[in-house]
Amino acid sequence: MTPDRSHLDWLESEAVYILREVAGECARPALLFSGGKDSLVLLRLAEKAFRPGRFPFPLLHIDTGHNFPEVIVFRDRRAAELGETLLVRSVEDSMRRGSVRLREGESRNAAQSVTLLEAIEELQLDAAIGGARRDEEKARAKERVFSFRDGFGQWDPRRQRPELWDLYNPRVGPGEHVRVFPISNWTELDVWQYIAREKLEVPSLYYAHRRAVVRRNGLLAPVTGLTPPRAGEAVEELCVRFRTVGDVSCTCPVASRAATPAEIIAETAAARVTERGATRMDDQTSEASMERRKREGYF
Amino acid sequence: MSSSDVAFAFKNGLRFFGREIHPAEKAEIMERPAEAVPLPESAPHEGGNSTTSVLRFITCGSVDDGKSTLIGRLLHDTKQILEDQFAAVARASRSRGFAAPDLSLFTDGLEAEREQCITIDVAYRYFATPRRKFIIADTPGHEQYTRNMVTGASTAGAAVLLADATKGLLAQGRRHLYLAHLLGIREIVVAVNKMDLVDYAERVFDAAREAFSAFAAPLRIPRLSFVPLSALAGEMVVARGARMPWYRGPTLLEILEGIEPERAARARPFRFAVQLVQRANGERRYLGRVAAGTVHVGDEVLVLPAGRRTRVAAIHTLEGARDMAQAGDSVALGFTDELDVSRGDSVAHAARPPRSARALDATLVWLAEQPLVPRARYLLKHATRTVRARLAGVAHVVDIHALEPRIGRSSLAMNDIARVALELAQPVFADAYAEERATGAFILIDAASGHTVAAGMIR
Repeated sequence: MTPDRSHLDWLESEAVYILREVAGECARPALLFSGGKDSLVLLRLAEKAFRPGRFPFPLLHIDTGHNFPEVIVFRDRRAAELGETLLVRSVEDSMRRGSVRLREGESRNAAQSVTLLEAIEELQLDAAIGGARRDEEKARAKERVFSFRDGFGQWDPRRQRPELWDLYNPRVGPGEHVRVFPISNWTELDVWQYIAREKLEVPSLYYAHRRAVVRRNGLLAPVTGLTPPRAGEAVEELCVRFRTVGDVSCTCPVASRAATPAEIIAETAAARVTERGATRMDDQTSEASMERRKREGYF
Repeated sequence: MSSSDVAFAFKNGLRFFGREIHPAEKAEIMERPAEAVPLPESAPHEGGNSTTSVLRFITCGSVDDGKSTLIGRLLHDTKQILEDQFAAVARASRSRGFAAPDLSLFTDGLEAEREQCITIDVAYRYFATPRRKFIIADTPGHEQYTRNMVTGASTAGAAVLLADATKGLLAQGRRHLYLAHLLGIREIVVAVNKMDLVDYAERVFDAAREAFSAFAAPLRIPRLSFVPLSALAGEMVVARGARMPWYRGPTLLEILEGIEPERAARARPFRFAVQLVQRANGERRYLGRVAAGTVHVGDEVLVLPAGRRTRVAAIHTLEGARDMAQAGDSVALGFTDELDVSRGDSVAHAARPPRSARALDATLVWLAEQPLVPRARYLLKHATRTVRARLAGVAHVVDIHALEPRIGRSSLAMNDIARVALELAQPVFADAYAEERATGAFILIDAASGHTVAAGMIR
């Protein structure tokens, strides 16, 4: 009798198909790798798609310079273990070039778009593979698997290409590119179930640990050298974990005692707040802030 | 179907040019041939082991049928809506002057959509039950619905058609049924919504069911089911509720949990499109996903366009070698013979291969704002193969309102559905869409702009 496929098998097979389509159709792709859990899932999927061969693309990280140090260490170790090429392009370089100019205290998160587009231009990429998921946010829900970007890197929701069956269209002209999202159809829970099934190592920040935080706008903001407490804020040491790992200045942990993937799965299944709602200060600035950033070339 | 049959059918398709349309063809638009592969006869909605872990479905409804409320209800009652989302909807509901949170706002649009008064063709929503993960293609009902619905339906294994209990079968519902059928959806659920507005009366549901069944009969839809519900009150969507004791059938969620579209795909002849060729450990591996059927080590297969027969020597995955792979599995195949095979080539069941076609008789749905230019250069993408294509002629355009063919048109505009003849620079290895979606579907790409302009289904 034929074995039944689990939903993870289904999602994995779809993502492998998408990665192979990128390799078959695009001349100069790269895979965006931050060391975060979604991009770690992408790396495992790339192994499923291409091993024993090498990946047909380099890994590319857009580094804000404000990442958690353990994530950067993890990123470099993982790329070395895989024996794949890791390219790092830095927001700080864009600031030195003058292409990124931030107000005092402004997060570098949105500025990643500028550095990413500069890297795409420099490396002449025609495809950038990312780990965004449609369940993350409502602008993402309307995103294609192969998402066209014009010469300015803009996402124009109105001019998206219709995407039918699994017949993806990555055709671009000079200066244009596509973003490709192989795990579009995955939810946060699927990602953790896959991490558990595949026994993927993820940065320690994802598991419960004690950390100095302050309570700010209903979130727990981490206290770091970069993000000191503001006047009047009381620093507490709580048992927390990160649901997303991004720029230090805008990523918040949640109170948690989950120390294993299984415990995180149990917690995620019972979660009362969305991944981004619990963790991202940048998404709270406006109802449409993800949508606006995407239109400007964000991941 | 032999190749001479195909050639004959193709000529038949061309015979429509410049002559009176035959009444039989008018009927044919709504009466496509019965499906080639019978579905299992087991009752679909009663327990048993779920063999499919993921179900993609589309919801179809007109503007006021309560589609957004139904999706909001499914997400809410399966506990997918979290507190911050709920708070945002409660806020938005209050600012619009509603007393209670309006569940339809969970699927509210983007800033760009509100500003530009447009609706993006399809949004995807996710929910899961202990039995299954669901992906909903949520398509707006009012604007460009043909294009939107065709896009959403192309990946759907089931369609939920909303009917308004206070209105019965409208022209819109007939169009949705036609489009779902055109896109090859074999499982259609008619949800008779707003039962709360008709006092949950059984006779209203019965009347809606009879009207739909009569209309659907010529389509021979493999499985058509009906459920009365109130998305607003949450009756018979996820929970049974208490207002319709006369209805003994499954709830909408139970119906969706019982649908098994993948089982039929495994029973069909083996199809595999090569995505990449890899040289590993001194041997060639052909990377791709099984599009239909199953394949075992030792099976004889036909490789196209080479026309060579070989045997499957190995089926590789990262986890190691396997004995077999089935529809949906991404694998790497090895063959017993050294063959010249590259991306875009096709591997198939040796005794039941697809046809090699350089001329296609197809149903085309035009998706682009720019109309079809008969002399323009188009690329046709079929499976993993992209070839140059030329329009040889338009047989007829379907009038989506009357559901009748109209002849005498040579160009196509957005949302047009037409029967066309295409000529290809190289062959594709195709099945009729009605028999096999994966090898019967194609898209047309405008060679100049690179944009996807049409969806096609091979006849």
